[in-house]
Amino acid sequence: MVRETRFLMGMPIAIVIVDKTASKEDIDSLFAYFQDIDAQFSTYKKESEISRFNRGEIEESNISRQMRLVLQLCEQAKKETHGYFDSKKKDGTIDPSGLVKGWAIYQVSKQLIQKGFKNFFIEAGGDIQTHGKNEKGEDWIVGIENPFNRKEIIKVISLRNKAVATSGTYIRGQHIYDPHQYGKDLDEIVSITVIGPTIYKTDVYATAAFAMQRKGIEFIQSMKGYEGYMVDNKGIATYTKNFENYVRNN
Amino acid sequence: MKKILLSLSVIVVFLLYSWNQRNESEQVQVVPPAISPTQPVSQIVSPTIAGATPPPSVPTAKPLGLYKDGEYTGDAADAFYGNIQVKAIISGGKITDVQFLQYPNDRGTSVEINSQAMPFLKQEAIAAQNANVDIVSGATDSSMAFRQSLSSALSKAKI
Repeated sequence: MVRETRFLMGMPIAIVIVDKTASKEDIDSLFAYFQDIDAQFSTYKKESEISRFNRGEIEESNISRQMRLVLQLCEQAKKETHGYFDSKKKDGTIDPSGLVKGWAIYQVSKQLIQKGFKNFFIEAGGDIQTHGKNEKGEDWIVGIENPFNRKEIIKVISLRNKAVATSGTYIRGQHIYDPHQYGKDLDEIVSITVIGPTIYKTDVYATAAFAMQRKGIEFIQSMKGYEGYMVDNKGIATYTKNFENYVRNN
Repeated sequence: MKKILLSLSVIVVFLLYSWNQRNESEQVQVVPPAISPTQPVSQIVSPTIAGATPPPSVPTAKPLGLYKDGEYTGDAADAFYGNIQVKAIISGGKITDVQFLQYPNDRGTSVEINSQAMPFLKQEAIAAQNANVDIVSGATDSSMAFRQSLSSALSKAKI
């Protein structure tokens, strides 16, 4: 088994390949791909294609094929999520990073399959794409982090060629703020975990669902092929009809 | 007479000192939710959030006693679906509160969802699991923005 984690795109990225034929060279080329994605799409990098596009230095007709595809996927995501996923910022610039993270993982997983690997997972900032089986020959076992205590797991799920993404914030869970000074209706949801076939859509839906707060789990219920597990600030979870199919009981 | 006065003042100073030590303010208060009593939940959280290694540009909070008392507003940080901006309140040289000035909940409140989805949803209280897992899924976006905003507030509070 080959396992490596590197800090790229502003987060830890782990690639784990169970297949015995995997080598360190395979892993190196995959991380290089993440670096290329970062160089192209990072809004923190002044010379990235997206930064230059946002500054008007590149015409829309001259953007790369990959950039065009990503922007199209962002538009599609905005429609599917009723505008709750929106790559356009308040200042008019485009930030596709919410989609790019999952999309990069997905591209790397496709590369692994092209190379003939069958049993692996890729994890980046809590987003996971699995394929095949783990070292013990079982479906990959994923723990959902307790939003109130990151050292604990609150749910154990088994994934067979599925992706999982969790969106949320631990700040709410820790109740550091004084709700009475905040003024308006408080958001009550601390996290939502979504399971789906491919990570980039799953990540987008998780992000949008979290922005929808309590309605988010209804949104996931309405999306065929996606299941969700939402946790509120009182530690009550609401989950979709077939979510239990993934739950692994000890 | 002088000796008695001296001894008395030493005792008074000592008493004042030990009383002061006992009354030092708590760190940031944490109120975890009610979870089943058989599952332990961590009660104390330090000002720095544990978890994924932060990028080099986000320093962790300094050791205690190195901040000036007062209120310090951090820069707004992008949490993807909106901004997070926090205000750190320093008292007795320590962080006693962190308040939100901006939090990403500025989306519209109505969503056209097929309400037929409702009856299918189920609920349960979350409970810690004892299990060996291959991978962990957790949220990262907002906590990074929180750390960035808090870090910029604390850098203004440095002595």
